[in-house]
Amino acid sequence: MSYTPDRSQYPSMKADGTLDIDLTSGKYLKLWQGPNHPGITGNMSVELTVCGDEVVEGKTHVGYLHRGFEKLMERRTFIQCFPIVCRICVPEPDFNEYCYAAAVEELAGVKSPVRSDWIRTLILEMGRINSYMMYMGGQAGALGLGIVGQWATYARDLMLDRFEELTGARIYHMFILPGGVRDGLPEGFDQRMEETLRVFETTLKDIYDVMFCNAVFKTRTVGVGVIDPAWLEQYGVTGPNARAAGVAKDVRKDAPYLVYPELDFEPVIGQDSDIYTRADVRRRDAWVCIDLIRQTLAKMPRTGPLMCEMPNMLHWKIPRGETYIRGECSRGEYGYYLVTDGSGYPRRVNVRGPSYTHAMSLLERMIVNLNISDVASLMVSLHTYPPEIER
Amino acid sequence: MSIRDVLSPFTGWKYLFSDPVTIRDPLNDRPGAPRYRGFHQNDAEKCIGCGTCETICQNGAIDMVPVEGIETKQGDSGLRPRIDYGRCCWCALCVDVCMTKSLTMSNAYTWVETDPDAFRFIPGVDKKDWDNAELGYRRPDAHRITPAVRAHMGEMEPEERITSFAEIIDGYSVEQAILEADRCVSCGLCVATCPTHMAIPEYIAAVRDGDYARGVELLYDSNPFSGICGRVCTHKCETTCAARHEGDPIAIRWLKRHIMDQVTQEQCIEVVGGVRPATGKKVAIVGAGPAGLTAAFDLAKEGHAVTVYEALDKPGGMTRWGIPEYRLPYDVIDRDVDVIRSVGVDIRCNVRIGQDIMLDELHSANDAVLLGLGLQLGRATRIPGSDHADVRKAVDLLRLATAGEDFGTPRAAVVIGGGNVAMDIARTLARLQKAAYGEVQVTLTALEDRAHFLADPDEIKEADEEGIRILDARGPQQVVTENGKVTGLKTWRVKAIFDEQGRFAPSYDEGDEQFHPGSMVVEAIGQMTDASLLGEALTEELSWNRGRLQIDAGGRTSAAWLWATGDMVRGPDVVTAVADGHRVAASIHATLTSKEITK
Repeated sequence: MSYTPDRSQYPSMKADGTLDIDLTSGKYLKLWQGPNHPGITGNMSVELTVCGDEVVEGKTHVGYLHRGFEKLMERRTFIQCFPIVCRICVPEPDFNEYCYAAAVEELAGVKSPVRSDWIRTLILEMGRINSYMMYMGGQAGALGLGIVGQWATYARDLMLDRFEELTGARIYHMFILPGGVRDGLPEGFDQRMEETLRVFETTLKDIYDVMFCNAVFKTRTVGVGVIDPAWLEQYGVTGPNARAAGVAKDVRKDAPYLVYPELDFEPVIGQDSDIYTRADVRRRDAWVCIDLIRQTLAKMPRTGPLMCEMPNMLHWKIPRGETYIRGECSRGEYGYYLVTDGSGYPRRVNVRGPSYTHAMSLLERMIVNLNISDVASLMVSLHTYPPEIER
Repeated sequence: MSIRDVLSPFTGWKYLFSDPVTIRDPLNDRPGAPRYRGFHQNDAEKCIGCGTCETICQNGAIDMVPVEGIETKQGDSGLRPRIDYGRCCWCALCVDVCMTKSLTMSNAYTWVETDPDAFRFIPGVDKKDWDNAELGYRRPDAHRITPAVRAHMGEMEPEERITSFAEIIDGYSVEQAILEADRCVSCGLCVATCPTHMAIPEYIAAVRDGDYARGVELLYDSNPFSGICGRVCTHKCETTCAARHEGDPIAIRWLKRHIMDQVTQEQCIEVVGGVRPATGKKVAIVGAGPAGLTAAFDLAKEGHAVTVYEALDKPGGMTRWGIPEYRLPYDVIDRDVDVIRSVGVDIRCNVRIGQDIMLDELHSANDAVLLGLGLQLGRATRIPGSDHADVRKAVDLLRLATAGEDFGTPRAAVVIGGGNVAMDIARTLARLQKAAYGEVQVTLTALEDRAHFLADPDEIKEADEEGIRILDARGPQQVVTENGKVTGLKTWRVKAIFDEQGRFAPSYDEGDEQFHPGSMVVEAIGQMTDASLLGEALTEELSWNRGRLQIDAGGRTSAAWLWATGDMVRGPDVVTAVADGHRVAASIHATLTSKEITK
């Protein structure tokens, strides 16, 4: 994709289009940020070329977490893929479980029971708010505001407790499987969830006070790292990153799935498209999550099947077909492209993680002309989880 | 930017004096949630070692290993899962798929050990702190990833089936068969149980894939009586099926029948591959029952010239002359036998050895002789009155019924016996009565109580439905006659069948006497072999063991040229006879191809 960065002060371009950077001149410096660096999200790295404290070029390096999930799945039966997919995104694994299950269900021609759809929605919203909490800590932490991370982690931990009692695990829940979900809500879950949501409300208010009404935070984020709305389509920007640019992109509304049509909510949008606005969109979206969790619990049917009638999953063969299933995760559009060939194994699985576009091509573009100290903040503000880049 | 933005961040100080939210001693103060997927537990007694957990584990974390103190037995491989926590991802698919629900997960999640090998252990065998943990993940009842319910098998209603000898069971349609075959988890416990070790998981997979050519090939690998066994096999395999623990066992017998129903006789003949090049060796087989014909089939496939002599006018042995047509139509027998003929087996019917041809002649004209005589003589109760002409043996009547001969259907009959033969004759009589008189009057009296009946539960249920009066725990005492005619049977209630040493010695409650009216009494209490064809000299020469010919592991008698097989030496059902036929054929073939052995 062609673009013309502002080269008024920084290296001129050579005739072949490459930058005229002479490292021996002493004017430029190569600086690696990552792969092990507190200012980087997960294990990836950015190879920066700086002039003074300004970045003239940034090149992303990924692959440090590559475990070949997509290929692994081609050698596993459909049910055996179920424990693998969650690992593609650690902080918000449930979208993998949901998208994979939904894709398999569609191609196999089975329909998950209504009650399981409600529980799936609940889980996805629980995962979303947890992901936002993790982001808040990261965004504040990237600018030296450590307390937000501590508060957010505590609230997040309480939600992990709810995950644990509902799904049997804290991080990799492995609960949404093709055909439905494993079990219903445990007794007293609503009450404990309500208590947890109250802690979230308090925490979000506190975060607003110390992070969003904060002169330092504002100085460092307002007007910094702006995504031009014109780039959204070009770069495939989705989720809060797009909504902060004023575009109400939300798969939950644009292509409703599960029980979202029965829930009352509006996509949160911002205007300024800078780091501050993106953070604010996520903060407000976290409030929507709280509301959606309450709505889900209030409207959810409490009886009925949780799994549809399934064939023997040990040798489950799925007819030839292909599908793309998408959902709105905390970072944007999460998608599973699944191809089946009539055998007991997926022919091809391709995972569309929003981090792929946000953290690579978009980041490389946005990083130019940025102050080194803002690189971490910018990267966190795009909300990337590297495992979904390198499936 | 406002003054608020400068001051507001300091509100974070409000928590300065709050208590910490962290748990001080998480190892002890924070148990896992009730459905937490923690360390595995396994009820080693309940576990059957089917290995389905190993199959489903996508990490290869589970190995099935032998365990000291756990014996391999029918329906239990004797192996138990060993879990490697260096690989386990705690997905609990092993728990979800566990066929016995023996494998569960505790809510324990902390385990400190300096020896890394300790993290590979056998739950339920290697003792762990969490073995008795009551909380942890157990498969919810409604959560199944293998279907539990058997595909429905259509059958004739009792009112309809009692009016004829038409086959009762419909057989599976292709759709039903695929559904049923789909339930199999391919653990293979059934293979060890099947007397002839049929490749059950493989042929079920062939049904699943609709690959009947492969299916029939697999069937003929181990059982040339698959059409017959697909209908009347005692299906021991189903009693050890892993699926029976948490659902219905797989309908293995019906799936075998389904394959045979889907292929033509020509396909079967093609599979067995026609006549082989001759070895020049000759084998005579006496008796065209399942054991004799299986041996004939195997030996002919080795190229030996095999002649089977059958005293009756059609081959099949007890499958034809003992099993009623409503359970096993005769064309099924014909088909299986014709396939056996196609490999070059010469079956000569209406030739009674010892009468038409002497055994000595067979001996001198052949390299080996095999006896597969079966159990064609009915045992007698020897109770008073049982020597009357209207006290008949079940096997005799069944033979006559097959031959279509009229033996004088009684208006009311009493059957003595509680096994499958008793059910067969009772139900045959019921049909004949229905046709002749429009009503069923058959009383069946068995020594055993209902819980210990020897007949298959299906047989008892169907006999009940067909209007047969089944009386359990009744011991026959006297056949009552009046004016030279049988009027019925007198029985006492059975207190115990066996004595304290476990020997057969029924004791009765004489006070509880009943009279069961009937103009015919049928004894169906067991059968024996008519070995008179051996002649006195040979009978004397051969070794015997409690009335049965003594044989070695390969079925060879104490005479080097003579083998014996089937019910006469090892009972009591078709598939056991088939297995025995294979065994004896292998022994004969080894002998014939060995240089040391001469005639």
